[in-house]
Amino acid sequence: MSAAALALPRRNTAARRRAQRRRRLLILGLMSPWIVGFGVFFGYPLVYSAYLSFTHYDLLSSPRWIGTANYDFMLHGDPNVGPAVRNTLWIIAVMVPLQVILACSIAMLVARARRGVGIYRTLFYLPALTPPVAATLGFLFLLNPSTGPVNTILGWFGITGPLWFDSPSWSKPSLVLLGLWGVGNTMVIFLAAIVDVPRHLLESAELDGAGWWRRLRWVTLPSISPVILFAVLVGVIDGLQYFTQAYVASSIAGAGTANAGDSTVTLGYPENSTLMYPVLLYQQGFRYFNMGYAAALSIVLFGAALIVTIAILRAARRFVHYQGAART
Amino acid sequence: MRTLLGSTVALAATVGLTACGGSSGSNSSGSPASAAQADNGKPVTITFWSGYTSREKGVFDSVLKDFTAAHPNIKVKSVGGINDDKIVQAIRGGNGPDVALSFQTDYLGNYCGAGAWIDLKPYIERDKVDLSQLPAPVRAFSEFNGKRCAMPALADVYGLYYNKKLFRQAGITSPPKTTSELTADAKKLTQRNPDGSLKVVGFNPTFGWYEMVHAHAAPSFGAKWTDASGKSILGTDPGWARMLRWQKALVDYYGFDNLQRFKARAGDEWTASNAFETGKVAMNIDGEYRTAFISKEHPELDYGTAPMPVDDAHPELYGSGYVVGNTLGIPRTSKHQAQAWELIRYLSTDPGALTKLSNGLKNVPTTTTSLADPALKANPQFKTFLKIFTNPNTSTTPITIIGAANQELFQTFLQKWQSGHVTNLEDGLKNVDKEIEAQMANATAGQAP
Repeated sequence: MSAAALALPRRNTAARRRAQRRRRLLILGLMSPWIVGFGVFFGYPLVYSAYLSFTHYDLLSSPRWIGTANYDFMLHGDPNVGPAVRNTLWIIAVMVPLQVILACSIAMLVARARRGVGIYRTLFYLPALTPPVAATLGFLFLLNPSTGPVNTILGWFGITGPLWFDSPSWSKPSLVLLGLWGVGNTMVIFLAAIVDVPRHLLESAELDGAGWWRRLRWVTLPSISPVILFAVLVGVIDGLQYFTQAYVASSIAGAGTANAGDSTVTLGYPENSTLMYPVLLYQQGFRYFNMGYAAALSIVLFGAALIVTIAILRAARRFVHYQGAART
Repeated sequence: MRTLLGSTVALAATVGLTACGGSSGSNSSGSPASAAQADNGKPVTITFWSGYTSREKGVFDSVLKDFTAAHPNIKVKSVGGINDDKIVQAIRGGNGPDVALSFQTDYLGNYCGAGAWIDLKPYIERDKVDLSQLPAPVRAFSEFNGKRCAMPALADVYGLYYNKKLFRQAGITSPPKTTSELTADAKKLTQRNPDGSLKVVGFNPTFGWYEMVHAHAAPSFGAKWTDASGKSILGTDPGWARMLRWQKALVDYYGFDNLQRFKARAGDEWTASNAFETGKVAMNIDGEYRTAFISKEHPELDYGTAPMPVDDAHPELYGSGYVVGNTLGIPRTSKHQAQAWELIRYLSTDPGALTKLSNGLKNVPTTTTSLADPALKANPQFKTFLKIFTNPNTSTTPITIIGAANQELFQTFLQKWQSGHVTNLEDGLKNVDKEIEAQMANATAGQAP
């Protein structure tokens, strides 16, 4: 074999490698905005939070390694973890199903309207445009136990209205009312899905003598099942992260419950009934200078969100029907 | 490396001014550089952060102007509307002010403990600042674990406000001195609407009502937060249980729900609709600053002030009260620490500055010298608070490394207590102690003993 014959394939291999490297660089280059964004805003904070969860970190001095002490405190020492987990689960268990049912029902009614669909859609969607803080302040006014319109109207009928945000039994139901008022986003998605339900399926079911319930149960619901899954998933994740409304409601309703340092933050008011898990996380991290422990709480929350999401997605395989795809 | 670097920075800030002097430097004897020596005597501008806004900031700025007149080489840039979160963030970012004024003492344990505010001891020793001119509770709320990283500037003192017109109508001639007298007077002064709701409340005992908070009422019962070792003693100090039983009895007289509904329709504490100012509450616990609000918003109000009534079992406590105040510190990131100290010394010890601030802001000046200043303008209602301030039994809340966690854990328990959701008071209080101790243990985990 001549030297030239030997050199040719080597050149070819080298050229191929160069081309491959160029292609990889091009792919990396095109992906780099996402990689940088993901790394800086998600990857790094996640890894750093995981590290911080094994430290005591007061925000002002360097983190101090304390092993699993934060996780021990979470399981055995912190009296607020129990109420925070229970409150969060309560919100998820009560608010998410009600939101999905209400959003779906409103969407069905709006879809059936013969005239003015656009007006109804806008009317039901409008509350969703209100920023959460403003919406909560509005509900604090509406549900004021003494001067609020709701209790005033109840009073006309001889009913003494509850203390709403000032009562440990009514504070979470009040938050649920607030949540239901703002279902516009989900309602619009449901509406789009319901309008998309194949007419021929509904008509053939009707010809077969199916009543409205059977049409709903066997045609409409399976057709919109991906949207139901989406609404449930997003609702559960939002429930796990439920913060703003609980923070504002407890701070404003409990205003005046100042502590000695004249700070008026009253998270969890009344009686820890609105102390959601993320509120506890905030309280520990930013009020008690316990960022290491807050990081441990956030890691557990991340784990819980991941597990719940996977569980819902797995369970959904049996119920969710994607049009055009085989049922799995 | 990062940890090592961070520790080094923190250590440098904590240990002393030879290390943290920045451009201020130090002289050959090792004591911190004076403002005249620092920066080779060149004029500098230092930044001062406070929470003051509008009129109050104007009062403070006029005192800062006086300071610059007396220290021509130090110009002060005053920034208002700052809270502690911003101070913490700025220190973390390395761009904090040269002098920070904090409105609340919750953060002091962290500022001092983490070395975020430098230790002022070398300066205090160098300038022979007499700390005994600060009453004991004032010294207590401006240091942490014996470390003086802050100086006080103005205090808030709490006492009893009473409506003289309502007193006359009820046939009461003088303010109550004991809690049983307070209860009796409160009942006489209370008026109900035909539907049973509360029209005028004699004294609202609900924790969470304006300034009626556990800490403000504690000195009246001699209730202590911690023992000598710093351990929480809410369950073992008898003062707390006595205070809570007295308070609950009065809450039950009104009915907790009635009081909650009353609170829900009462005017905002910080507006002219304040329920005491509008005669909806006959007696109220409040700070000395309320006198300024009343003279501005309701000059027609016929009212008096007195020390808080005390536990019947401890009449000797009468005259005392609760005190807390502002603290001034030098963030470790300051590049002009010598000049910053000059400003802190001026604001916290200069009698003229304190008197001017007190007259303008209607807060209690924090040194005994300024209390005796004839230029201090004090009407009879304000004078009550000056007396409470110097009472030997007047006290404050201890500064902790866990911020306000101890108070907030207690506060949650108190919400349950007053609504009737606590079955065994003593056990409940002991449980709060355990919760506070657990939080403390978590905060100090891994620390060298």
